[in-house]
Amino acid sequence: MRELMARRRRAGVPADLWIKCRKCGAMHYRPEFEAGLRVCTQCEYHDRLSAGQRLDLLLDDPSSFEELNVGVVSADPLGFSRPSGSYPDRLEKARVATGRSEAVVCGVGEIQGHSVAVGIMEFGFIGGSMGGAVGERITRLFELSYDDCLPLVIVTASGGARQDEGLFALMQMVKTTAAAVRLAKARVPFIVVMADPTLAGVTASFASLADVIVGEPGATIRFAGSRVVQGTLSRRARAEDHTSEWVLRHGMIDMVVPRRDQRRTIGRLIELLAPGRETACVHPADSAAALSV
Amino acid sequence: MLEFERELDELRDRIVGLEANGNVDLTPDADRQLALLRLELDARTADVFSKLTPWQRVQLARHRDRPHVLDFIDRMVDGFLELHGDRRHGDDMAIVGGMGTIDGRRVMVVGHQKGRGTRQNVERNFGMAHPEGYRKAVRMFELAERFRIPVLTLLDTPGASPAVEDEERGQSWAISESMAVMVRLKTPIVAVVIGEGGSGGALAMGVADRVLMLEHAIYSVASPEAAASIIWRDSSFAEHAAQALGLTSDALYEAELIDGVIVEPAGGAHRDYDGAASNLKAAVVDGLDELASITTERLVEARHAKFRAMSAHVELPQEAENSR
Repeated sequence: MRELMARRRRAGVPADLWIKCRKCGAMHYRPEFEAGLRVCTQCEYHDRLSAGQRLDLLLDDPSSFEELNVGVVSADPLGFSRPSGSYPDRLEKARVATGRSEAVVCGVGEIQGHSVAVGIMEFGFIGGSMGGAVGERITRLFELSYDDCLPLVIVTASGGARQDEGLFALMQMVKTTAAAVRLAKARVPFIVVMADPTLAGVTASFASLADVIVGEPGATIRFAGSRVVQGTLSRRARAEDHTSEWVLRHGMIDMVVPRRDQRRTIGRLIELLAPGRETACVHPADSAAALSV
Repeated sequence: MLEFERELDELRDRIVGLEANGNVDLTPDADRQLALLRLELDARTADVFSKLTPWQRVQLARHRDRPHVLDFIDRMVDGFLELHGDRRHGDDMAIVGGMGTIDGRRVMVVGHQKGRGTRQNVERNFGMAHPEGYRKAVRMFELAERFRIPVLTLLDTPGASPAVEDEERGQSWAISESMAVMVRLKTPIVAVVIGEGGSGGALAMGVADRVLMLEHAIYSVASPEAAASIIWRDSSFAEHAAQALGLTSDALYEAELIDGVIVEPAGGAHRDYDGAASNLKAAVVDGLDELASITTERLVEARHAKFRAMSAHVELPQEAENSR
């Protein structure tokens, strides 16, 4: 985290010394707020993190993280344009704003001594939305996890399917779901951390198929985004509904874990689910494939 | 009636008027006039329907008189036995399903059922399924698998129901579970979008070996209104959204996201239920027969491969730099 702050200073980010909690309005001294993992000391609100901050938070040694498939980027299959600009323009802006080439960062790192396949969704990149490139990166991460018997950890933060890619984006829900179904057969742990917000096409595909689902405190977790509900039902969805705590109470996730404990909890889950990775992992599809050729 | 159907309907009224007179005694002149009017109606219909905008296609897909799932089941499935309930919570009337035969072939048919009129629409929730609806579908998929019955899904929904109660009962979980079951289901699946293919609520029943669309059906990442409220923050921009989303059957066939388009009778399926059902039936029979010859292992693998290949990305030479 200190390293991150240093990087920010080098990047010339203006030193806004105070930051206001988005939930309760409490004022925090920024260096302290960052050191406290962007968690409000008054109301425990977990403010959004960039993918880089997530990696710092979750990995034993963030510097050894190896990012994969950086070159897999969105095409513009519909020639889509919004009032705020053409899709390629929006992609370019998102790249500049986040320093990422797409809305998910995938790679291999270590959590509590376990080698894991890690995917972190970047909400700052067009709302973390899932288009063809995000779907492809996530699917390849599932495949890597399957092939190498690497436990898979994905942190979701997404508005859902990326509208700008039309039905191509919707089909990424099936693609990632199919990848999750295949991984489940291999007895490799798949853990999802649902961060704020986890919505629509991401909640309703691979994310809800994890073996264990961890919610971040206060994160919004829904099927329908509030703007969609407002548009179709003409009433505003209440923000206080559909938090991690709410979906936990309704039986949809396993636990709500504060940021500072997530690495330890994930490590423990992996230990319990797959103590000896080589012995636990199986590839039943191989024999099925052999049968059907 | 839709705006662009008005002139066609006027022609139709005149024909009906002349035909009524003709029952008594039709002069040769009136006879000729009638024949001309019929030709004109055919020509105008072909013309109007060849120039439909995406928004007009959306209106057709949602047409008040458009045939719904049960209208098709009545006309193409013999000895249909409807099944009910998800065995966990309830019986969602927005999803109908059951077994019967199509030209002697056993089939499990499951679809979204819209209503007609206020009372029916409330009962059917406008074809927007609740989580228990998807769980009801899953139960029928698995029943079909165990008894080796091919599955036909008929998609016609504005989207999955987005109410608080649906969130409470795990709408997202129900949808992903349905897709996950369809991905690995060891029996052939044919899916046909017959009206509105609205977003995840449609896709939840759209994972199939053959995905077809009726000519004037639509299939979209979000309903045009929802996309408009996401993109323009105002659902009245739905017409713009319909244009931009590429949601028509021809566009999706060209994009290789669906496997085929089923032609509708002149003037749209709502003008001729029997004709529409007969075209649908022929396409379904073709699909089922083609799939019947494939071993289940191959079928499931090919289904997997088909959706695995659906993408819209480019791959740049990978920069060696670790971009964090």
